[in-house]
Amino acid sequence: MSKNNIERISGRAQDELRNVSIKAGVIKNADGSALIEFGKNKIIAAVFGPKEVHPKHMMSSNKAVIKCRYHMMPFSTDTRKRPNISRREIEISKVIREAVQPAILMEDYPRTAIEIYIEILQSDGGSRCAAINAASTALADAGINMRDLVTACAAGKANGQVVLDVDDNEDKTGEADMPIALLPNMGLITLFQLDGNLSKEEFDKALELAKTGCDKLYKLQRDALSEKYFNDKNGDKGE
Amino acid sequence: MPAVKKHRIVDSITKESIITNLSNSTRTDNRGLLDYRNLEIEINILKDKTNGSAKVILGNTEVWAGVKVETAQPFPDTPAEGVMTCNAEMLPISSQYVEPGPPNEDTIELSRVSDRGIRESGMIDVAELCIKEGELVYSVYIDVAVINEDGNLFDAVSYAGTAALLMADMSKFTIEDDEVKMLDERQPLPIKSLPVSTTFAKIGDKIILDPNADEQEIADARITLVTDENGKYVSAQKGKPGGFTFDELKEISIISKDKGEEIRKKIKEAVNNGA
Repeated sequence: MSKNNIERISGRAQDELRNVSIKAGVIKNADGSALIEFGKNKIIAAVFGPKEVHPKHMMSSNKAVIKCRYHMMPFSTDTRKRPNISRREIEISKVIREAVQPAILMEDYPRTAIEIYIEILQSDGGSRCAAINAASTALADAGINMRDLVTACAAGKANGQVVLDVDDNEDKTGEADMPIALLPNMGLITLFQLDGNLSKEEFDKALELAKTGCDKLYKLQRDALSEKYFNDKNGDKGE
Repeated sequence: MPAVKKHRIVDSITKESIITNLSNSTRTDNRGLLDYRNLEIEINILKDKTNGSAKVILGNTEVWAGVKVETAQPFPDTPAEGVMTCNAEMLPISSQYVEPGPPNEDTIELSRVSDRGIRESGMIDVAELCIKEGELVYSVYIDVAVINEDGNLFDAVSYAGTAALLMADMSKFTIEDDEVKMLDERQPLPIKSLPVSTTFAKIGDKIILDPNADEQEIADARITLVTDENGKYVSAQKGKPGGFTFDELKEISIISKDKGEEIRKKIKEAVNNGA
């Protein structure tokens, strides 16, 4: 796909991602962590565990328990976000947990908890996808046994055309937003949401486009991990 | 951080019988893989206090919806638009696994997904809910109570909410000399579309429609797709820690449209018969 006849607000091509950078191992105290910059999104994900389960009755005797919190700082949005945990944050925490859980070999860690903390420091459109990319990189950085990485990207419709990676402007003025998360080697879609208005053709096209975005992010995640484990001179972990 | 929930317990005999049946493309209640359970929709069940109401029975799942239309100040960023919210509540009478208290993440997801279906389809024209710009607008509240839980609440809540909206009415107002006056007349809500939700579950490599509570509990993944009258996809939500392949999603999207059309007829029929 080349530059389309209809301009996007951001000037990007129809199949072009925003600038993305991922860095693994940014939090010294965490067992694994990653910082992702995805357009204007700045998000840190940190993983703690496998560790003891609190409260104890939540423990599972044959596998790990996965906990996930997606949290926005009050200064991360245009108008200050109230610090109370919102229903939106609770829903997103749930869908992110369900998106990364299939990748984790939970049965390798019975009677433990694996905690994923996602902190949104600056938000833009597509923060849940960015958060999943960071969370999955952080899980790998923590050395948690995984079947696959989890990679996420949205497609949608803005200005009448199906586009990759809907940003904040396009989300507000556009016609549809469809975030997906993918286990790339297993071909499983583990997060799928949609709001807006898509015909069957647009639906299929958006799905294909989101997949190409996921493929690009998969490479960036792998690069971030090899950067830390094979080139990082200052790292105090991973030897 | 959301607490780990107490899950429904499905005994191993039930689980095995579901899976054995599925491998022969049947289900424990003799349905086909892509059949809905018996669906009954009754409107105007709470005549005296609501502006619109409906009851939906889907197999053993039962939900009641009530619509209240009130007036309020508009939000500052949308001075000429009314307000619409849809909320679902799990009553402790609905299942032994439900406890009273603040909603857990499943209930919050249920509420938000049903709200999104109605909102994104543009079912209610919020521009027509404006009485006086910047001062007074209608606010439409759709509250759905889960009375008995046997799976697929996403669809049941959506059908009850939309059926109640279709029959709901609201007061009429006029503006005389810059004063808003309420008239002694009622009018229907500005309805533009009828979104229909369809929910699928994946057990092993089998995709089933309208999962009951046991099927839903043992399912690897769940997906809800909402279509509007023009066959457009307006909302979707995948749930449970499992996934769908691209081919499965495309297949589901086709079935969702056809089944949605059947259900849309049933909802309209129920509303017309009850009116």
